[in-house]
Amino acid sequence: MRGFMPMRRAAVVAIAGALVAWHAPAQAQNNKTVLIPCVCELSGAGAVSGTNYRDGAHIAVNEINAAGGILGHKIVMHDYDTQTNPMVSRALVQKVVDAGAYVVMGTVYSGSTDVNMLVTEHAGVPQITGSEAPDITQKGDPYIFRTSSGSEKDIPALVDYFTQTLKVKKVAVEWVQNDFGKGGHDLFVQAIRKAGVQVVADVPSEQGQVDFSPDVAKIKQSGAQAVFVYVNEEEAARFLKEAKKQALTVPLVGDVTLTDQKVIELAGPAAEGAIAHVGLTVSAPVPSIQEFVAKFRKIYHHNTDHNGIKGYIGVYAIKYVTEMIGTFDRKAFAAKMHGLTLDAKKYPGMLLTTSWDKTGELSRESFMTQVKGGKAVVIATIPAN
Amino acid sequence: MAQFLQVLLSGLATGSIYALAAVGFSLVWQAAQAVNFAQGEFVMLPAFLVLIGEHWLHWPLWAALLFGFALSILLLGLAFKRLIVQPFGPDGGLPLVIATMALSILLKEAVKTFYGAEAEPFPSLLPNGTFHVGGAVVSVRDVLNLLAALAVVLLLTLFLDRTKTGRQMQAAAQNPGVAEILGVDVARMTLYAFLLNAALAAVASFLITPVYLAKFSNGESLGIVAFIAAIIGGFNRIRGALVGGLLIGVLDNLTATYVTLSYRAALPLVLLIAVILWRPQGLLGDEEARIV
Amino acid sequence: MRGHREAIGVAVVVAALIVAPLGQGNYIAYLLCSWLMLAIAAMGLNLTLGYAGRISLAQASFIGIGAYATSIVTLAHYPWVLGMAVGVVLCFVVGLLLGFPALRVRGHYLAFVTLAFNSLFFLVARNEDWLTGGTYGLSGMPRPRIGPVSTSGQLAFYYFTLAVALLAAVVLRLIVRSPWGRAFKALRENEVRAESLGLDVRRLTLLAFAIGSAYGGLAGAIEAPLVQYIDPGSFDVVQSLSLLLMVVVGGLGEFWGPVLGSAVAVLLPEALRVTAAYYLMLYAIAVILLMTRCPGGLIGLARRIAARPARRRGAAVS
Repeated sequence: MRGFMPMRRAAVVAIAGALVAWHAPAQAQNNKTVLIPCVCELSGAGAVSGTNYRDGAHIAVNEINAAGGILGHKIVMHDYDTQTNPMVSRALVQKVVDAGAYVVMGTVYSGSTDVNMLVTEHAGVPQITGSEAPDITQKGDPYIFRTSSGSEKDIPALVDYFTQTLKVKKVAVEWVQNDFGKGGHDLFVQAIRKAGVQVVADVPSEQGQVDFSPDVAKIKQSGAQAVFVYVNEEEAARFLKEAKKQALTVPLVGDVTLTDQKVIELAGPAAEGAIAHVGLTVSAPVPSIQEFVAKFRKIYHHNTDHNGIKGYIGVYAIKYVTEMIGTFDRKAFAAKMHGLTLDAKKYPGMLLTTSWDKTGELSRESFMTQVKGGKAVVIATIPAN
Repeated sequence: MAQFLQVLLSGLATGSIYALAAVGFSLVWQAAQAVNFAQGEFVMLPAFLVLIGEHWLHWPLWAALLFGFALSILLLGLAFKRLIVQPFGPDGGLPLVIATMALSILLKEAVKTFYGAEAEPFPSLLPNGTFHVGGAVVSVRDVLNLLAALAVVLLLTLFLDRTKTGRQMQAAAQNPGVAEILGVDVARMTLYAFLLNAALAAVASFLITPVYLAKFSNGESLGIVAFIAAIIGGFNRIRGALVGGLLIGVLDNLTATYVTLSYRAALPLVLLIAVILWRPQGLLGDEEARIV
Repeated sequence: MRGHREAIGVAVVVAALIVAPLGQGNYIAYLLCSWLMLAIAAMGLNLTLGYAGRISLAQASFIGIGAYATSIVTLAHYPWVLGMAVGVVLCFVVGLLLGFPALRVRGHYLAFVTLAFNSLFFLVARNEDWLTGGTYGLSGMPRPRIGPVSTSGQLAFYYFTLAVALLAAVVLRLIVRSPWGRAFKALRENEVRAESLGLDVRRLTLLAFAIGSAYGGLAGAIEAPLVQYIDPGSFDVVQSLSLLLMVVVGGLGEFWGPVLGSAVAVLLPEALRVTAAYYLMLYAIAVILLMTRCPGGLIGLARRIAARPARRRGAAVS
């Protein structure tokens, strides 16, 4: 066992060093600050969404701090990268809860939120998530709150669009096999069948898939009168390009991503005519949203997607609710937020009037958008439900 | 029938992209006994070098392309060989594999941090039109991609078989000791293989990124498909990589269309296992010979 | 004498591990649990690769098999021990089957076969909703009870994990020190010679795979109640590659290598937090440098430094 000693010494040093490193920053707060950490996807598959969410949140933090903070307390927001890994996200949420977080901002990916919300629930710390998967608010967790409505809220609007506006009897569904795509697919297929519409092609695709020719060929063959497209941004762009190439002329309708600014940029002219329901969109014809989008671009020199708005209004919601209860009480915070409506006229940081129900589910007005002339424009406004 | 033709032709086009990545991979494997786990990133990176030339340095597209091509050869050919492969000596084994895995992480993270995490559009170098063949819609770009892959393989085969340098490269790879005695500059020949690989990766990158879109994580799936294509086709034949790539592109689409959608990604894997177990030299490979 | 010193060393480390999370909050305990869990999986891979010389890029899928088995069993209200046993036995059997290709092909080819296996496992775990919960995964796994004691608290679960990890390490130590262990090494060094010495190369290869995989299963049995959520993405090829990185960075074929390598992988993001977005790049550069300068990994590096202590001390004095 020659040379064993140095290795062991190295291990001890490594462990000891790490322990010292963790100890130091934990309790730096004084009574003039409040800890609102941002735990989100800064790397990995969710990096785009997570980074926008964080950047939006930081704009709000800077504005609020410049105006005196919350109840005179400056917000301290540190960022924690989950690497889009549920296990890491749980560790980090545990860490910020241990450090005394007042409210936790994040995570955006539902797979991560599913796990780390167990920690905030256990510790009684409110959590403002960017996730949209239905199950998040169906677990009876009294501390979880959304910043945009769950996909189950979008489905009725989409089904109405297919049955009443498009008046189709046969649809095809193109979806991506991850938790985002499957969530939307399962809800949509169930609801559209109930509405008496036949699903003639049910086409799952892979994340990162490049060649969508079999998908489009299958949909063409099926005789579908419209297609519901539920895939992530790059795949949406590739699908739109292939659909244009194979001259698939039926309406392509999606949720959130399909008319996203990034998708339009990536797909170019192929995105023209695509339709999507968006709960919160950077192209909403609302001055408050347009101002925010411009502000975001000025600060970060790139455009945000709706996740930037989610991060921004999440932090403002924390401010408004805390000022209503008049103290930093996590339990009272959660109780106050259930069943609360924040009117955007009185609470401008919300950008749009927003309500939360007893489960933390959110509702606000939403929009049907269509790509026209390289821009997503609103073709219908759907009231809050 | 139109559907069959459609997915077959699209599969060939996609497969030609896989083939380009796989050819360079075989070259490096043969010349340096190095399995390059960063091969996917080698195809991801050149497109970003072009984007840097275009958007950061504000050069015209042709200058940006030249810049990207030259820098790729410098970084992915010369620097890769000198800084990463060479220190391991003639047989790097597992530590070299680990080093290329770390390199793949480094390239991905560097692009993500310094350029951006979002996918970016990439200018298409080829005309955009489409035409009809027996009910199927074929884009001009797909056809040209396929022709480019065929041309590359043909030229490379001619180069290796018909030129003095090419034959020396083959000798250096097959038996470096004997080649050295016969007066072949083995170190130089090995370097050529690395430079060729970098050039092929850059060409592949410029051809595929208009379809793939430029994104830091593009190499993840592409790298694995390149391995699979190279192994299935046969490592010791350049045309093996071509056949392997085309086969995967086509089988992928046929599986998705006629067999299963949820397991569409499984077929190449099953094929890979079967080939390795029953015909490790690959479908076109010889038992012994090496390409270079 | 040296064995004695090692025993003292191990006792010190174990004592340090027992006091490490005290008064530290749940995060530290959780992080230490993740490290021990990964260390178990890496130890198994080290047996297959480091001792027997057979590469496997499928270790994450064995963690997955162990984690799914444990989750399914414990979610059906059977005890953790049963779930763990099912997982470990299943991994042993599947590992044995995956060992068969290793009888035919070596090196890079074997790497790709195991990599393909891992990718197939991912697809099955994602597609077979009825068993695995599909892309949503499984959640809410209870933590084990030991008699009257529940390990649902983070600290209690840490000591439980520590006990399992120590037990796993002791068993592995016995294996490595047994005639089998010596035979594994002979297999790695020179297969023909091993055969001529009368060793059953076939059986040894299969065993190396089976035992290494079973350790992956055990790690999975810890991960399920630790994270209380599993999904196919937690067990994809990338995880297998990072386990391989841990084993080689720590020191291939060194008993303590995987323990050190997994510690680096888990703790480094913490230690390098100040470097924010650059930490993965720094890690990658460090790995490349380590591999080019010292393929023996961190333990190899420590040995090299230990081999010339006089010169170093002299330098420090002057």
